[in-house]
Amino acid sequence: MNDMMSKIKIIENSEYAVQAKGLIKQFGDHKAVDGVDLRVPKGMIYGVLGPNGAGKTTSIRMLATLLKLDGGTAKIFGYDVEKDPHLVRQLIGVTGQYASVDESLSATENLIIFSRLLGLGRKEAKNKAVELLEEFGLTEAAKRPLKHFSGGMRRRLDLAASLISQPPLIFLDEPTTGLDPRTRNQMWETIRRLVNGGSTVLLTTQYLQEADELADRIAVIDRGQVVAEGTVNEVKQSVGSSSLHLSMKNDNDKQRALSLVEKVLNVQSTVSMEGGKIIAPMKDANRMTDLLLAFREADIPLEEFSVQKPTLDEVFLSITGQTNVGSDNKDSQEVSA
Amino acid sequence: MSNTSTNALNRQRSSFRQSVRNSFTMAYRGLIKIKRTPEQLIDVTLQPILFTLMFTYIFGGAIAGNVSNYLPIIIPGILVQTVITTSVVTGVQLREDMDKGVFDRFKSLPIARIAPLAGSLLADTVRFTIATTLTFTMGYIMGYRPEGGFSFLLLAGLLVIVCAWAVSWIFAFLGVIARTASSVQGMSMIVLFPLTFLSNAFVPAETLPKLLEWFSNINPVSHLVTAIRELTNSGIVGWDFAISLIGAAVIVAIFAPLTVRAYMKRA
Ligand SMILES: Nc1ncnc2c1ncn2[C@@H]1O[C@H](COP(=O)(O)OP(=O)(O)OP(=O)(O)O)[C@@H](O)[C@H]1O
Ligand SMILES: [Mg+2]
Repeated sequence: MNDMMSKIKIIENSEYAVQAKGLIKQFGDHKAVDGVDLRVPKGMIYGVLGPNGAGKTTSIRMLATLLKLDGGTAKIFGYDVEKDPHLVRQLIGVTGQYASVDESLSATENLIIFSRLLGLGRKEAKNKAVELLEEFGLTEAAKRPLKHFSGGMRRRLDLAASLISQPPLIFLDEPTTGLDPRTRNQMWETIRRLVNGGSTVLLTTQYLQEADELADRIAVIDRGQVVAEGTVNEVKQSVGSSSLHLSMKNDNDKQRALSLVEKVLNVQSTVSMEGGKIIAPMKDANRMTDLLLAFREADIPLEEFSVQKPTLDEVFLSITGQTNVGSDNKDSQEVSA
Repeated sequence: MSNTSTNALNRQRSSFRQSVRNSFTMAYRGLIKIKRTPEQLIDVTLQPILFTLMFTYIFGGAIAGNVSNYLPIIIPGILVQTVITTSVVTGVQLREDMDKGVFDRFKSLPIARIAPLAGSLLADTVRFTIATTLTFTMGYIMGYRPEGGFSFLLLAGLLVIVCAWAVSWIFAFLGVIARTASSVQGMSMIVLFPLTFLSNAFVPAETLPKLLEWFSNINPVSHLVTAIRELTNSGIVGWDFAISLIGAAVIVAIFAPLTVRAYMKRA
């Protein structure tokens, strides 16, 4: 506990949990990470998003002292990962993309050994193991060898092992990949709890929904570079804001409807090519009631009425320069009229 | 866990005491693994038993006239051969271990960098001890009654364990630099066979062709075998005993730093 206090004191010196500038990692002649800048303020969940091979894992491994930097600098709570790796390791917990626990040992033995390595006494280590297993719902399986663990159990044990020393910064590389929806929700809960307890979490994910759900800020990485950064909303807005989609029962009402929309919402709107929908940017949600009332007064029957926010998927695909945006998975709240 | 320095975090690399502690924890891990997968002890249990039986009955008559005359010559030979062979496993297992995800965690913990390496070498002395005990026991069952007595037998066992531990640094080095566990196995065999077979372990060196005799005479394994024979059969701590220890020290002096350097580079 004393130790936890001193860690808190140490990290008060720095405003940021992670400050990376111009990170570079080269494998052969391939630049896996090509000038990544990251700033993670303390006490938040920071999401790093990117497609396969974007360089997420490589970046995290450099920040976690597991991989040498080929260029740039990285500081954890103000301490340089290259100059003070031993110190940095006392401030971080790492849960890698692939389980980093010992397959041939039981869950308890794993936790005891990691605890002992971290300097806990025999008794303390045992207690710590029991406490963590309890917290992660692994008590029943504690004595079984990991070979017989499910993917979700392994993942939880892996996270538990990263929390032994109550590190103020936790790296989670794709913490929910391969988990079923229920287990994923549990993992989300755990991650939120960690942050409520004062820790900072840097996680990577390919699930945009996950970043949306969890992260306070995100960085989108593609081909080794950060292509967008900000709060989830900022990143979404950088691509476009919500829009209103309307379609009429009778095609010949379209012209009247269009002028009505422009009058009530006071915006420029367009008629889309496919399906002849009216699409208008939506700035003020309060005006919707007025618009619907106006339609009723003018006696224009509506076929469909929906508000669509750009999904993180669309944002992601448009930023990372991939096309074929699926139109069927839109994050829309549809109101049939 | 925190010391009393001005800030509780430790800026320095690990102290010597921490290195020793971490290494013992890693050795403890190695022992649990052995306990969990006892099948990996098959080589250290079967080899001494089979070799003692085979060599004694196949070569005994031809080389020494009869079995009981051959035992004092062959048991030290088999002992050395078996225990040195066992040390190959160190490298193979180290490679397998390093390829596993758990090594990532070891690397991310604020522990002595050398601990995973030192720990696994430490745990392997248990295998050497098992192999040593079984070889002597098999010999005893077949009628081997070393003249030197029990305390010299113990000293001989200790000597062979120390030397095997030293040799295991060679294989640990191969384990660290190799890409796959099976390539470690292959490379190790190339090192191992000349060392153990081109020695006086099974046949007197004088019966070998000139070139091989010359190699056998400079082969440290021969000196180790001779040292063990002198210890067990006549209770002599001789020149070969010293040479064996010096040889062991030289191997460690060369290969421990090499291995640690290669390991750190990868770690
Ligand atoms: N040890 C290595 N040797 C050579 N190339 C590597 C190595 N590690 C990663 N790479 C390459 O670097 C690039 C980035 O890999 P990285 O694992 O960081 O991607 P990622 O964003 O984590 O992807 P994923 O979502 O699939 O986990 C990839 O092209 C990969 O092939
Ligand atoms: Mg990855």
